[in-house]
Amino acid sequence: MPVPILKQGDYLIASIQSALSDTEVLELRDDLADRIGRFRSQGIIIDVAALDVIDSFVARSLRNIARTASLRGAVTVIVGIQPDVAVAMVQFRLNLEPLQTALDLEEALALLDRHTRGHGRDGG
Amino acid sequence: MNDHEEDPMSEEDGSVGPPLQAPEIDAALLAELVAYLREHRPELREAWVERINEAQLLRVMSSEEVFTEMTAVYDNYVDALETGSIETLRAYARSLSERIIHRGVETHEVLGIVLLLRDVLARALFIHHQGDPDLLYRVLDAYEPAANRIAVTVGVSFVDERERVIREQQAAIRELSTPVLQVRGRLLILPIIGVLDSQRARQLTEQLLGAIQANRAKVVVIDITGVASVDVTVANHLVQTVEASRLMGASAILTGLSSGIAQTLVDLGVDLGSMRTVGDLQGGLEEAERLLGYRVIQEGDPVLAPQD
Repeated sequence: MPVPILKQGDYLIASIQSALSDTEVLELRDDLADRIGRFRSQGIIIDVAALDVIDSFVARSLRNIARTASLRGAVTVIVGIQPDVAVAMVQFRLNLEPLQTALDLEEALALLDRHTRGHGRDGG
Repeated sequence: MNDHEEDPMSEEDGSVGPPLQAPEIDAALLAELVAYLREHRPELREAWVERINEAQLLRVMSSEEVFTEMTAVYDNYVDALETGSIETLRAYARSLSERIIHRGVETHEVLGIVLLLRDVLARALFIHHQGDPDLLYRVLDAYEPAANRIAVTVGVSFVDERERVIREQQAAIRELSTPVLQVRGRLLILPIIGVLDSQRARQLTEQLLGAIQANRAKVVVIDITGVASVDVTVANHLVQTVEASRLMGASAILTGLSSGIAQTLVDLGVDLGSMRTVGDLQGGLEEAERLLGYRVIQEGDPVLAPQD
C-alpha cells in the first residue's frame, strides 16, 4: 500500500500508516521528490507515529528524502516518533541529521511556518 | 539417642548443601562438652576476643561492643551445641547482622569470627583431653559437625540479611524514581538525584519521553545537581536521553554540572558538544523560557517586603 501524500498549502504531508517494505520506502522517496517539483512545495512532513520500528534502512531513506528535498528547496520534518522507538534509535546510533523532528503535526506546521517565514515566495 | 541430634540437622542443612555426616554422636559426651564450655566461659571468651582483635576483624566496632556481642554469640553458640537446634542462634545472627551491616562489616569478618570461635573451642578441647586420644576423638566427632553447622548458619544468616538489605535499598531507590515536573506550558524539569546506573537511566529516559508526549513539551531541563558522580557510562546515558528527546521534538538543557564533574568529563574525553548545558537550574529555566518565548517581568516590590 503506497503512502498517502496530502498537499496542504505549501507543504506536503506523508502519513505512514503501517510498517513499510523497502520498496515502499523507495516509492515514497520518488513520490515525494516528484511532487515537490510539481507543487513547488516548501516543506515536507513525514508522520511516522504508526511505525514501531525505525531501522537503519528507514532512517537512511528518511535522510535521503530530506537531502533530496533540500536540493529542491524544501525542508523535511519528521513527526510522531514514539518514545520506545526514540530510545531504540539512539541506542543503535541511528542518526536522523540533518532532519528536523517535531512532536506532532501541529508542531511541525508551526516549525515550517517559522522556517519559511521571511523568505516567502512571490504571490504566495 | 541419636534421633535427638539427627533430626534437626538433616532438616536444617537441606538448603545449604549435603547434610553433615554425623557419626555416632554421644549425647552424654556432648552434654559434658557443653558443661566444659560453660565452665570455662570467661577464659575461652577472652581468648576468642583476643584472636578477633589480632586478626583485625570487626574494627568498625568498639572493643566494648565486640565484647558484648561476642559474649552473646558465645552463649548462643554453646546453647546451639547443647540443644542441636539452631533456631535461636539463627534469629540472633539475623538481628546481629541487621545491626552491623549498616556499619560496613563484611562477610569475611563474620565468617572469620565464627571460624575463630570454632578453632578456639576445638583447641581448648585438645588441651583438655590431651591425655586420652580416644576420648578426644569422640569429643571431636560430636563437636565438629555441630560446630560446622553453626558456622554455616551464621554465615548464611548474615548473607541472607545482607541480601535483604540490598533488595530493600534497591526497591527504595526505584521508589525514589525521578519525577518529571511541568513548570510552565511546554516546559518540563527532570531533577535527577542519587546514583545513575544503566537501569535507572533507561527508566528515566522512558519516563521523560512519555512525559514529553503527554505534556507536548518543547523544552526539557535536566538537572543533575544531585548526582554525585558522572562517569563515561552515565554521560553516554545523558547524551542518549538528550538525543531521544530531540527525536521527539523537544530540546533538552542540562544543568547543575559541578566543577568537579565538568573536569572529570573533560578528562575522560566525553563529548557533550551536542548538548546545551547551563550552569545551574535557574539559568537553565531562564534559557528554556527564552527558547519558549516567555518573558518574566517583576511587577512592583517583592511581596516578601515587611508590611505595616
